[in-house]
Amino acid sequence: MLEVRGLRAGYGGVEVLRGIDLSVKAGEIIAVLGSNGVGKTTLNKVLSGVLAADAGEMMFDGRPLQGLSPAEVVEAGLIHVPEGRKIFPNMSVRENLELGSYRRARRNRAANLEKVYATFPRLRERMGQAAGTLSGGEQQMVAIGRGMMAEPRLLILDEPSLGLSPLLVEEMFALIQRLNAEGLPIMLVEQNVVQSLEAATRAYIIENGIVALSGEARALAADPALRRAYLGL
Amino acid sequence: MYSLPIVLEATLNGLLTGAIYALVALGLTLVYGVLHIINFAHGAFLTAAMFAVWMAVTFLGVDPYVAIPFLTIVFFAIGYGAQRFVIGPASHGDDGNILLVTLGLSIVIENILLAVFRADTRTITTDYAFEVVEIGPLLISQARLYGFLAAVVVSGLLWGLLTRTDTGKAIRAVAKEKLGASLVGIDVRHIYAVTFGLGCATLAVAACLLMPIFYVNPRVGQAFVLVAFTIVVLGGMGSIPGALAGGLFIGVVESLTGLFFGDSLGQIGIFIIFILVLLLRPSGLFGARA
Repeated sequence: MLEVRGLRAGYGGVEVLRGIDLSVKAGEIIAVLGSNGVGKTTLNKVLSGVLAADAGEMMFDGRPLQGLSPAEVVEAGLIHVPEGRKIFPNMSVRENLELGSYRRARRNRAANLEKVYATFPRLRERMGQAAGTLSGGEQQMVAIGRGMMAEPRLLILDEPSLGLSPLLVEEMFALIQRLNAEGLPIMLVEQNVVQSLEAATRAYIIENGIVALSGEARALAADPALRRAYLGL
Repeated sequence: MYSLPIVLEATLNGLLTGAIYALVALGLTLVYGVLHIINFAHGAFLTAAMFAVWMAVTFLGVDPYVAIPFLTIVFFAIGYGAQRFVIGPASHGDDGNILLVTLGLSIVIENILLAVFRADTRTITTDYAFEVVEIGPLLISQARLYGFLAAVVVSGLLWGLLTRTDTGKAIRAVAKEKLGASLVGIDVRHIYAVTFGLGCATLAVAACLLMPIFYVNPRVGQAFVLVAFTIVVLGGMGSIPGALAGGLFIGVVESLTGLFFGDSLGQIGIFIIFILVLLLRPSGLFGARA
């Protein structure tokens, strides 16, 4: 589905990604983990065409992603729900969701809107409300719902649990597994190591711009080095 | 003091002129709302549009109102091109640069107009320039009434575009959240250019409505833009209802100050209001509170 090899990227001469290799296969949930500042968000920006790669290869569905504009990446079905949600605060929930299908799946807009409302009944209740006035959890629902409106072939979720209460974090991870169970491959980019490893099939741990550890999520969760570094055990 | 009908007539005339001011302000506020800069070339584009109307009437014998659809499209294209191929690339993504580039553009446009048309003031003549409509005891200039109606229709259309169409929603999305907009597949540079094009298109309409009641020379746009800028600040930067309400209000203020203190002092009222707004309500009537 997604194959990344030797990916290098950065900002104005400062290299943040120093040769990343990873892959996502159909039907998987991949967790990309690491603490703040290791390059997770940069990786997402490069994949979605917002930031240009300096070197390396990215293949999505057998097509190279290099040089594509963000719009073209969306058109290909790689949908990125960004860190900090980046929803449109001045627009209603409904308009936010509608714009999710601006570039892709426009014809199925009405049906997909129903699907999103069925997944998040809360958003149906708040349909006409300005998205910026919602609670953090609801805003995250809008961001994910907006992503779903484009009928993603692969969904990248950047820190979906950030800033949510523990209860909502539980709900968020349950939702991610439910979306995946319906056949949607997900790349979950998180700092929340424990819950991400529980949800994911495989995981990559990034440190200083390279993949430090990778493998089956269950095996990684038992790895003593990882437990020491990230779980403080 | 003045009798009631005269004051009423002045108020009504102010509303009619205000609608055209509103139209000029609409383009300015739209571009500000999305690109977050005051487009200094706005006045020059208005002047250019007014000369285009003058030429259409003088050389082709087209009625200014008939020219509206055609000039709207032409000026949309000019605005789109100016943003996409000149202002955008020249400013390298820095808002401060956009400001300077539009200022430069206005100087270039004005001087081209000066070179081509000289500094003469020109007018057009229409059959209906002196026609009036009687409303009870009030006499209203037909041309101004047309201008008012057209301004209301265009504002309505623009509002519909922004709230009902995907392009309009994309414009509002880009205004507040560029990264989010890119990630749903909105081409931000295209939307910038469309917004700029719309701003110029409203100027083309304003020019068609203005020419039957006003004159054109290479610097005429500046006067309108100063007023339009006041309206934008009064209504709230980036607010479309604000531009409309502000335009009508300023039109009435100008007309009544003119009536009470003499025509040459008409604009003083506008700028007193401007200073009061800045003092008392800096975010404007419809602006988001800081």
